[in-house]
Amino acid sequence: MRGRPHPTLRDAAVLLGLAVYALPFIWQVLTSLKPEAELMRLPPLLPSRLSWEHYQVVLERSLMLRALLNSLGVGLLTTGLALALGLAAAYGFARFPVPGKGPLLLAIVAGTAFPQIATVSPLYLLMRALGLRDTWLGLILANTSFALPLVVWLLAGFIRDLPVALEEAAAVDGAGRLQTFQWVVLPLVAPGLASAALLTFLFSWNEFLFAYTFTATEASRTAPVALALFPGVFEVPWGDIAAASILASLPPIAVVVGLQRFLVRGLVAGALRE
Amino acid sequence: MSLRAAPRTGLLLVAPALLLLAAVTAYPALWVLWLSLQRRVPIFGIAEFEGAGNYLFLAGDPRFWSATRITLAFTVISVLLELVAGLLVALALAGQRRGRRLALSLLLLAWALPGVVTAKLFEWLYNPAAGLVNYLLLGAQINWLGDPALALPGLIVADVWRTMPLVALLCYARLLTIPAEIYEAARVDGAGDLAAFLRITLPLCRSILLIALLFRTLDALRAFDLMFILTGGGPAGTTETLTVYAYRSLFQTLHLGLGSAIAVVVFGLVMLVAWGYLRALRREGLTA
Repeated sequence: MRGRPHPTLRDAAVLLGLAVYALPFIWQVLTSLKPEAELMRLPPLLPSRLSWEHYQVVLERSLMLRALLNSLGVGLLTTGLALALGLAAAYGFARFPVPGKGPLLLAIVAGTAFPQIATVSPLYLLMRALGLRDTWLGLILANTSFALPLVVWLLAGFIRDLPVALEEAAAVDGAGRLQTFQWVVLPLVAPGLASAALLTFLFSWNEFLFAYTFTATEASRTAPVALALFPGVFEVPWGDIAAASILASLPPIAVVVGLQRFLVRGLVAGALRE
Repeated sequence: MSLRAAPRTGLLLVAPALLLLAAVTAYPALWVLWLSLQRRVPIFGIAEFEGAGNYLFLAGDPRFWSATRITLAFTVISVLLELVAGLLVALALAGQRRGRRLALSLLLLAWALPGVVTAKLFEWLYNPAAGLVNYLLLGAQINWLGDPALALPGLIVADVWRTMPLVALLCYARLLTIPAEIYEAARVDGAGDLAAFLRITLPLCRSILLIALLFRTLDALRAFDLMFILTGGGPAGTTETLTVYAYRSLFQTLHLGLGSAIAVVVFGLVMLVAWGYLRALRREGLTA
């Protein structure tokens, strides 16, 4: 241990470094709490007092609140749809003979690599033809194009990792296929399910290109779109934009801080399998 | 005993997902190819087949070649910086004894934010009059996003900030699986820190780095939201990537055929890269 820093000091230094890394976001939090008059002045770095005026403006006089609700609804429903169809497909792929299984799985993986810019124009025409422009349903269907391959891929891996012997034992004990799935497979794959759900929701929440293209009014505009289109009359309202961007970041923050375990498992499993 | 094979059950389980995916990915992917062979300007009611016309136009279009160069420069520089920085951060994290959760929270925050939020954060940081960057440069008056020489570097910094945490996380997860005994044995044999890094850490991280390289290259090639919001392709087109050019053509100048042709080029690039990496990964003995 020659010349190595004390472990606690070293830990503290790494944490400090990472806090500096998060500085762009912390700075936005500070900006969102600065009184309007102090925004365009630097120094001082810190606001003289904390003010909630920007949040008040954003929540009361912009469409942000409605956009946050749209994001939440679209995100939850996308996640629900992708999990329902994805879990069935993953179980089918992992435990049953499916003709053309290999190529189909490869096609699903390839689906995760599809650039959205390539499918956005046909999907736009499709939405227009089906009358799905500016609706939640249109966005949910568009989002499944990246959510479903992710869920199938993650869950098929998680299910394959479960020992078949447990399911066989349940079958010997007289459990039907559905019962076996419900009482043996589902509880065991639940943590994996949580990871897949979390990633799907996060990607759906953050999605911009589809939401920007397929929405037109506050009926379906999501938070990222509302933020991108944030109105400024004569000058850019930096404080309001900062407040709106913090509001749009609340679910990602909750995921990173509160549900980190599931997030990390999903990301690492997804990468190591591919 | 094995679960009795029921081919129909398997098919029934996978069919709904496959049908929906066919509708929202496979069908549009074929349709965009068809669109790219047409001259389509909806506002004038123009929709006619013209074969390779859009592609021939692009071949002689300086804006297309500029966008291609910018896309490739953005991809190569961002991804290289992310891999190097990601590995270094992973090494720092792997030695962490306490506060790992907090450390990961601080790190992953940047990755988890919506791209539009990241764009707004950096737009404000780069603000010429009241931005933190100029303040930290002792009151410099640099117009970061308005200067053709600085806008692309500014964009790359924002992208690296956003995506490096994923690379760091993947490398960190790999580092945790390397048994400490290997390093102890190396130290007993007289290997220094640098030698241990070059002979043990780097080779063992090779495959995860390749995978991170694949993920990140694909994402960088198809990145859109960050440049669309932060610089809008400007100033003077110096940050206009293929995706931004495609989007502009599709939905702003409303040349559906031309925009689709550019999108197909992005599609082709992404598939080419994916195929190349898959081959490389197979050679590494990682099944795809």
